[in-house]
Amino acid sequence: MLETLSYLSFLADPYVLLVMTLGTLAGIFLGAMPGVSPTMAVALLVPMTFYMDPRTGLILLGAVYSSAVAGGGITAILINVPGAPASIATLLDGYPMAKKGRAWEALCITFWYSMIGGIVGVLAMIWFAPILANFAMNFGPAQIFWVTVFGITIISGLSGGAVIKGLFGGLFGMLLSCIGFSPMLGEPRYVFHDSLTSGIAIVPVLVGMFAIPQVLDLAENLHNLSGENRLRLMEQARAGGVRPRGTMLKIILNIRHWWKTVTCSLGIGLVKSVIPGVGANVVGLIAYDYSKRLSDNPQDWGKGEPQGVVASETANNCTVGPALIPLLTLGIPGSPTAAALLGGLLIHGLFPGPELFTKHREITLTFMAGLLAAQVFMFFGGMLISRYSQHITKVPALIMIAAVSVCAVVGSYGVQNSMDDVLIMLGLGLMTYVLLKLDFPVAPMVLGVVLGPIAEVNFLRGKLVAEAGDGMFQFFFTGGINITFIIICVLSICWGFFVEYRAYKSKKAAAEVQS
Amino acid sequence: MKKFALPISFALLLAAAAVVWAKGPGGYPNAPITLVVCYSAGAATDFQARIVSMPAGNDKYFGEPIVIVNKAGAGGMTGWNWMVDRAGKDGLTMTAYNLPHLVAQALVQKPKFTVESFEPLANWGTDPAVLVVATDSPFKTVDDLVKFAKANPKKLTMNGAGLYVGHHIATLQLQKTAKIEVTYVPEQGAADAIASLYSKTVMAGFTNLADAYRAPDRLRVLAIADLKRHEYLPDVATLKELGYDIDNSSVNFRGFALPASVPQDIIEYAAKTVEAMFKDPMVVSKMKESGSPLNVMSREEVKKLFAQQKAVLTELLLTDKK
Repeated sequence: MLETLSYLSFLADPYVLLVMTLGTLAGIFLGAMPGVSPTMAVALLVPMTFYMDPRTGLILLGAVYSSAVAGGGITAILINVPGAPASIATLLDGYPMAKKGRAWEALCITFWYSMIGGIVGVLAMIWFAPILANFAMNFGPAQIFWVTVFGITIISGLSGGAVIKGLFGGLFGMLLSCIGFSPMLGEPRYVFHDSLTSGIAIVPVLVGMFAIPQVLDLAENLHNLSGENRLRLMEQARAGGVRPRGTMLKIILNIRHWWKTVTCSLGIGLVKSVIPGVGANVVGLIAYDYSKRLSDNPQDWGKGEPQGVVASETANNCTVGPALIPLLTLGIPGSPTAAALLGGLLIHGLFPGPELFTKHREITLTFMAGLLAAQVFMFFGGMLISRYSQHITKVPALIMIAAVSVCAVVGSYGVQNSMDDVLIMLGLGLMTYVLLKLDFPVAPMVLGVVLGPIAEVNFLRGKLVAEAGDGMFQFFFTGGINITFIIICVLSICWGFFVEYRAYKSKKAAAEVQS
Repeated sequence: MKKFALPISFALLLAAAAVVWAKGPGGYPNAPITLVVCYSAGAATDFQARIVSMPAGNDKYFGEPIVIVNKAGAGGMTGWNWMVDRAGKDGLTMTAYNLPHLVAQALVQKPKFTVESFEPLANWGTDPAVLVVATDSPFKTVDDLVKFAKANPKKLTMNGAGLYVGHHIATLQLQKTAKIEVTYVPEQGAADAIASLYSKTVMAGFTNLADAYRAPDRLRVLAIADLKRHEYLPDVATLKELGYDIDNSSVNFRGFALPASVPQDIIEYAAKTVEAMFKDPMVVSKMKESGSPLNVMSREEVKKLFAQQKAVLTELLLTDKK
């Protein structure tokens, strides 16, 4: 550990310092752009590192990766569109906070708790890499399948009271994810139009489901921009641009009320991030749901509760370090972003595996130290960018509509330069708008799109292996991890029922009191 | 000033003509070239394509940069379909081909493209499939593996990076020649396939030579599915040497191609330039450092390869399928 920290001395080199600062700012900016995911940000910068020495190159990639994950929170909070898949859960409470004029507070939370999550994640990576790598290797198709099922059980918590509608949304999301060529059998499914051959990518879904309803919502309220309403909106706008003194201090001290949320999110972030196949996308949502269940005021969540942002941002940045463990120790990139980083290692002749910790020890430890420092850089860079970006809340609705629409189209086109994605985005957006009018929650649908393919592929993989081996029951229902996760799934569902029942009873009691 | 006007404009005209002449037919390329890579950013094909296209901006080659666009999906079909549909005839949109994926998909899955839709320019790399097991696996030789599979039909699980990719083809070839039946598990990518071997989910698999080369302490390489041994792993015998009649149809070839609708003179010019670019010292050294096998082949050689693969795969996949 101390050895790793001693490598922080690279920060004394002004060139490295400059690269790191620029990398952080670029990462936050790219992360905040809807349509540019952290993976793309890293892949875009890998060729640049060809010309750097390995240390500087890797420090740059680490800085970009960490800050892109946090940067996604900015757009989530300010315009209700997640900049990256990992920040879906941030907007659930972040945007309501911004609407109440607490945008600055939400942004401070985002970067402060991203830093805390990030540092804990990197420390876990430095200390426990071998243990966590072995733990990850215990996850075969059956285990990953159950983890995914566990992810699906949180739908009830994300439905905001409408559990049945939430479940339908989740199923609908999974159906959407079936579109395209089946990954296991190679058969086309639901390909009734050419645009659908490549299936539905996650970015167009996110942009469509969040940005388009947001635009239409703003447009709906345009006509009553006169008189009193206008005054009220102007008040709100003025409040939005304010940076109340002492916000940061308050947030740092608030950890004494929020410790439950923070520990819960850190735990979920650490465990989930080493499990192969389940990326940072869902970690934020799961941490959000569990922190909500554990909190004293679950009824406030989703209406601008700061802890919602805390949970999501702590957890998603906590995954940055551990997600690299399978890559560094075994050469298996656990996530698409790690795969892009692998390119950055290979280009300098660094082959992941034990050699990294023996022959190339110096470079590897510098990279880890750099990743640690990147978390702090990310905080300051984030605060700097937030200072200016928070003024977005003052932009009049008319201009906002145009700006968000442009962002949505460019963002979904940019993923793979394809107009098909734009059409998919618009189609899904309009549909989501209608569904929102009918009180269907959006988060479960996104969860379905993300988890559906993971569940499907691992179930079918498991089935192939199981039928060649001991049979389905043996394969899916025996073994410590399988049973643990099955129990957790059952408990999670029961808890969901219990919470619903309690809410139902208290509502009924309140109704009786009134009558 | 006026008296200089004529000579100056003449000189400019000459210079412009010289530039046009120095470039390809009709001034090609007069804008940056787009290279469509049909796999996601960071995957092996994408990573190598970024290395080999780096010197393109040099005046020795195209004098214009090559910009990489990723159109991933459906094992590569999404991007190649797009090429057939929408790539222009100006030769400014190239694609990276992956054999045998492209040929196998064209034959089996009936996409919009056929093998003839593309004109190969040059090949930059080959990555043969190697038969691997985890280091602590009971299988020490290919014969062990085949013996087990013969005694337990369908009980032997083998994986690879997807359907109708080189690893799948190699598995099918092994089944056919050794007269065994195995369960093939298609994985999302080479990395997932190797992870399944480590975690003992799957017993054996075909994987990329480069990946096996980078993990000598965790994977045991039993054999290589190519015509001759490879310089990276000189001690590993080919399947042919071991008595299994398997040729190089499963070897993963990567290179650049243009749509067949592009004029012939542009294709010829681009083919020469691309081939020279792949031999650039910077490309050679970067490929070597990153452990990616380089194998530059000319347009003529690749054309022969396309035809040969089509014949072999037609027999393997279509005649005795199911």
